Amino acid sequence: MQASQHAGHAGHHEDDSHGHGPTGLMRWITTTNHKDIGTMYLWFSFAMFLVGGAMSLIIRAELLSPGLQYVSPEFYNQMLTLHALIMVFGAIMPAFVGFANWMIPMMIGAPDMAFARMNNWSFWLLPPAAILLTASLFVPGGAAGTGWTLYPPLSIQMGMGMDMAIFAVHILGMSSIMGSINIITTVLNMRTPGMTLMKMPLFCWTWLVTAFLLIASMPILAGAVTMLLTDRHFGTSFFNAAGGGDPVLFQHIFWFFGHPEVYIIALPAFGVVSHVIPAFSRKHLFGYTSMVYAIAAIGLISFFVWAHHMYVTGIPLTGQLYFMYATMLIAIPTGVKVFNWVTTMWRGSLSFETPMLFALGFLVLFTIGGLTGLVLAMTAVDIQLQDTYYVVAHFHYVMVAGALFSAYAGLYYWLPKWTGHMYHEGLGKLHFWLSMIFFNIAFFPQHFLGLAGMPRRIPDYAQQFADFNMISTWGSFGFGFSQLLVLVVVFKAMKGGVKAEARPWDGARGLEWTVPSPAPHHTFEDPPPFDPAEAHG
Amino acid sequence: MAGPTVNPDLGPIGAAVAHSLPRGASNRRIVAGLLAVMIGSLLFVAAQPRLYKAFCEWTGLYDIDRAEQIAASSIPSRPVTLEFDANSHDNGLRFRPEITSLAARTGEIVHVTYRVENTRDTTVIGQAVPSYGPQHAGGYVKKLDCFCFKQQTFAPHEVREMPVVFVLDKQLPDDVNTVTLSYTFFEVPAGSVTSPAKPAENRT
Repeated sequence: MQASQHAGHAGHHEDDSHGHGPTGLMRWITTTNHKDIGTMYLWFSFAMFLVGGAMSLIIRAELLSPGLQYVSPEFYNQMLTLHALIMVFGAIMPAFVGFANWMIPMMIGAPDMAFARMNNWSFWLLPPAAILLTASLFVPGGAAGTGWTLYPPLSIQMGMGMDMAIFAVHILGMSSIMGSINIITTVLNMRTPGMTLMKMPLFCWTWLVTAFLLIASMPILAGAVTMLLTDRHFGTSFFNAAGGGDPVLFQHIFWFFGHPEVYIIALPAFGVVSHVIPAFSRKHLFGYTSMVYAIAAIGLISFFVWAHHMYVTGIPLTGQLYFMYATMLIAIPTGVKVFNWVTTMWRGSLSFETPMLFALGFLVLFTIGGLTGLVLAMTAVDIQLQDTYYVVAHFHYVMVAGALFSAYAGLYYWLPKWTGHMYHEGLGKLHFWLSMIFFNIAFFPQHFLGLAGMPRRIPDYAQQFADFNMISTWGSFGFGFSQLLVLVVVFKAMKGGVKAEARPWDGARGLEWTVPSPAPHHTFEDPPPFDPAEAHG
Repeated sequence: MAGPTVNPDLGPIGAAVAHSLPRGASNRRIVAGLLAVMIGSLLFVAAQPRLYKAFCEWTGLYDIDRAEQIAASSIPSRPVTLEFDANSHDNGLRFRPEITSLAARTGEIVHVTYRVENTRDTTVIGQAVPSYGPQHAGGYVKKLDCFCFKQQTFAPHEVREMPVVFVLDKQLPDDVNTVTLSYTFFEVPAGSVTSPAKPAENRT
C-alpha cells in the first residue's frame, strides 16, 4: 500500500516535496495523498457551486417579475433540475468529502486514507459526471427537466439529456460508495492507539454514520435510475402505467434513497459545527456521548420516514399517520444536538471570529429550517403546502444555511492549517454578514409565497406574488455575488498573510493542531501518542 | 530523516506497530462487509417491483390495479356512444380516427386507433391535445395509454397508426349518453422540442 510507513519519517518535518513523483498536472492526476485529494475535492465542489449558483440566478432572474422574460419554460425546467443535481451531488457532497479527506487522517493520527489509490479514483470519477450533466444542456431536447427527483412518467419521455443525467448519477454513486468505503475503513482501522471510538473527534463520527448511509442508499438510487433507463430504452414497464407499472413505485424507491441523502448532507455539517463551537467557546463539547447517539439515531430513523415526501400520492391514512409520527421523531435527536451546541456555549468564553459566526449562523438558520420541517411533517398541513415555495424555503434553510454555512465555518476554521496563513478576518466577517443578510432576504419571503399558494417549479406566477418574488430575487443576486468573496479570501491566504501557528485558535482541540501550519505533505507516518486532553469526549 | 526519533519500545507507539500489522487483513474484512451491505441494497431495490406489488395486494392499502377496480365496481355498466374527432392545426398532418363512432359500455376497456399522415416533405414534430364533449365527461375518461402523452415525430410522408386505450368510468353522470373525444394536433415550435407533455391530465 502506498501509505506504508517509512521508518524515521515522523509526523513533523518540513521535507514536503520529496523530489520524486510526477510534477505539474500529472501530480494532481496521479496523486494518492489525502491532502492533495482533499484539496481537489474542495476546488471541484467550489467550481460546481459557482455553476449551480449561476443556474439559480437564471431561475431567480426569470422570477423577478410575473410573465416570461428571459428563458423558455423548458429551459427553466432544465435549469432548476441541473441546479439541484449539481448543488447536491457536485457541490455540497464533494465539499464534505474534501473535508473528510483533509481532516479525518489528521484527526485520528493516520498517515493517509486506508485505500489511497481508490481515493484518487473516487475523486477523478467526479469530473466526467459533471461534464455529462452540464453537457446535457447542449444535446437535442436539452437537459433533464424533471426536477432532481426524476419522477416518471416525465422522466421516461425526456430526450437524451435524461440518459446523460442517469449515467452521471451512476458515476456519482460509484464515487460516493468508494469514498465511503475508504472513510469507514480509515476511521475503524487507522486511529492512533488510545483513541477509542468514543474519544474520536465528532467530525469522524458524523462521517462514519454518513458513509454507512451512503453505502446503503446509493445503490437504491442507482437501481431506481437503472429501472428508468430500461423503461426508456428496453421496453420494460416498471413505472409505466400502460404496461402495468406504477409511477408511484419510483417515488417510493427514490425517497427511500432521498431521505437518507438529506442526512448525508446534514450530518458532516453537524460534525464541523461540533468542532467550531467548542473551539470558540473554549469549552469541551457538551454531551459528547449523547451527540454520538443522536447521530446514529438520525442515521437510522432516516431510512423509515421516506413517504413524508409523498403525502399527496394517495397513500392510506394509516401510512400518513405512521410517516408523520416517525418524521416528528427525528426532531428529538436533532433537538438534542441543537441543545448540546447551545449548552456548549453556555458560560463559555466566546469569541466571534468568522468560523464561529458561520457556526452560529448555521445554528440559527438550521433551527428555522428544522422548525419548518416539522410544519411540513404534519400531513394535514403538508397537503396544503406540498410543492409550494414553503418547501423551497424549508430545504434551502437546511441545505444552504445548514450545509453551506457549516462548510464555510469549516473552511475558515481549517484554512490556516491548509495554507499556513491566517485569512483576512475583515473580509471573512464581511462575507459572513453579506451571506447572512442576503440569504434571509432571498429565502425568508419564500415562506410567505408558499403559504399564499405559489407553486414551485413554474416559471411564471400570479400578480399577487410579484413583490415577494422581487425581494427574493434581489436577495439571491446579493447572496450569489457575495460568495465570490470566498475566492478572494482563499487566494489571499494562499499567497501570504500573517503566519499561522500550529494551533491558531487557542480553544481548538484535536490532533490536527499538533502538526505545523501549513500541514506538511506527509503527517503522522508513525501514530502519534494520544493525549486524552486533545479528545472531544 | 528529520523529525523526532521514535523509540519503538514506547508504549503507545509499540502498540501502534503491533496494531498496524494485521491492518491489511482487517481492511479486507471491513471492505467485504461494506460490499455485502452495498450488494444487499442492490438486491433490495431490484426486488422492489415485486415486493411493492405483493405488499399492496397483501395489505390492500393501495390499489395499483385501478383500471380493473373501475371495471369491477358495483355500479352497473351501461351503454354509451363514443364519438371520435380529430383536427390538425395547419401543420401538414392529415389526422383522423379509424372509426368515428362506437357503441361502448362504461367500465369496458376501449381501444381505438388514430391515423396520421405527414403530407409534407419535412419532418414534423407535433403534440396532440385532447378535449371532450361534454367537457365534464373528460374526468371520467381514464386513459391508460395515449399518443397524446408525448410529442410525436413524423418523418416526411410517414403514415402512422396510434392507439388510445381508456376506460369510461362507471360513475359517468346519467345524463351523459354520448361522449366525444376530440384531438387537435399542434406543431411543436423548434425551440421547445421534447417539452414536457401533459401526461398527468385525466389520469386520476
